[in-house]
Amino acid sequence: MPTTSDEVLIGRIAKSDRLAMEELYGRYRVPVYRFVLRMVRNPTVAEDLNSDVFLDVWRQAGTFEGRSAVSTWIFSIARFKALNALQRRPTEELNETADAIEDQADDPEIALAKKDKAAVLRACLLKLSAEHREIVNLVYYQHKSVEEVAGIVGIPEATVKTRMFYARKKLSELLTEQGIERGWP
Amino acid sequence: MNAAKQNEPSEIELLLPWYAAGTLDPHESQQVERALASDPELAARYAWVRAELEQETLVGETAGEPSGRDVKSLFAKIDALPARRPRRQPQSSSFGERIAEFLASLSPRTLAWSAAVAALAIALQAGLLADLMIKERTAGGYDTASAPADAQSEGAYVLIRFKPQTTATDIANFLDSNKFSIVAGPSVGQLFRVRVAPNKLAKDDLMRVVTTLQGDKVVDFIALTD
Repeated sequence: MPTTSDEVLIGRIAKSDRLAMEELYGRYRVPVYRFVLRMVRNPTVAEDLNSDVFLDVWRQAGTFEGRSAVSTWIFSIARFKALNALQRRPTEELNETADAIEDQADDPEIALAKKDKAAVLRACLLKLSAEHREIVNLVYYQHKSVEEVAGIVGIPEATVKTRMFYARKKLSELLTEQGIERGWP
Repeated sequence: MNAAKQNEPSEIELLLPWYAAGTLDPHESQQVERALASDPELAARYAWVRAELEQETLVGETAGEPSGRDVKSLFAKIDALPARRPRRQPQSSSFGERIAEFLASLSPRTLAWSAAVAALAIALQAGLLADLMIKERTAGGYDTASAPADAQSEGAYVLIRFKPQTTATDIANFLDSNKFSIVAGPSVGQLFRVRVAPNKLAKDDLMRVVTTLQGDKVVDFIALTD
């Protein structure tokens, strides 16, 4: 059975079609939630923001003009919500996952993890700044192209490439701090 | 200097993350493949890119999902919104094209009558305005300290971004109680262009409005605009 395109669903949502909303939500609820969670690092906040994102989709479907893909539009709304939440609660967000990663130098578990480069790499990915977490997640996990990331983040494509490079460079520095030297970047 | 130059990534190296994720176009993919085949150092760096992708995927996949109550919660929020009038999706990209579509949908007779009525309305309106201006000038009229009379019909506008948690009802109350109206938006950054006065205000007066509104519970960001 052919799948209804996102654009068609948005058109139906603009006419207050709840079934279309349910279908679109079913498609994007998990990826958007995981993107937002990666940014705000708090499952409760992420879940609230997730429903706010789709509430905006419902409200603004009539203004969607198709200048970008529907997914790009939805992720840009999600990004905006997540950044706003981070501005409102910078302290709380640090208290979540970051606490588990900071000052791990003497932790026996980390000493053990150091033997496992993958685990250290994963810990370092979690330690990136919001700006870097965002782009790394969009590229590696959400599989967004350069053009799509540019549309979501609102920056030129050339900046997308260099920002990803600097995120990886930062990752490299974090790995060096953990005793793993991988060279440039 | 050489070290600095060495540190600059090549275009191919910048593309490695997207190559690993499979999101490059075929032409760029071929370029990266050729470079990887001929440059062992680049291939070694690509191995790290693959490792990063695998770990980020693991982070994402183990992040869990929204709880089962999320759909209910979303539709409860949707139900709480004021009912909206169904709006037609724009089928043409520009306002001009939409006007043209509308005119094309009218019969020639209707179009001719509409044009005649519109011309008459414009002539009447012009006459009334001219009459009003002459009367005002004859009576001496008045100029406010904040704005010249000839600019008063333009209105005063600001850019507003509402707080993310603000509901449509909150926004409607905010607009009603202040006698404001949204004239455009949301644009990039979720900014709305809001008319805050029917007449053009002096910059100081407008700044006072902005300062007052900055403290409003629904306003997240506010700025002056033309």
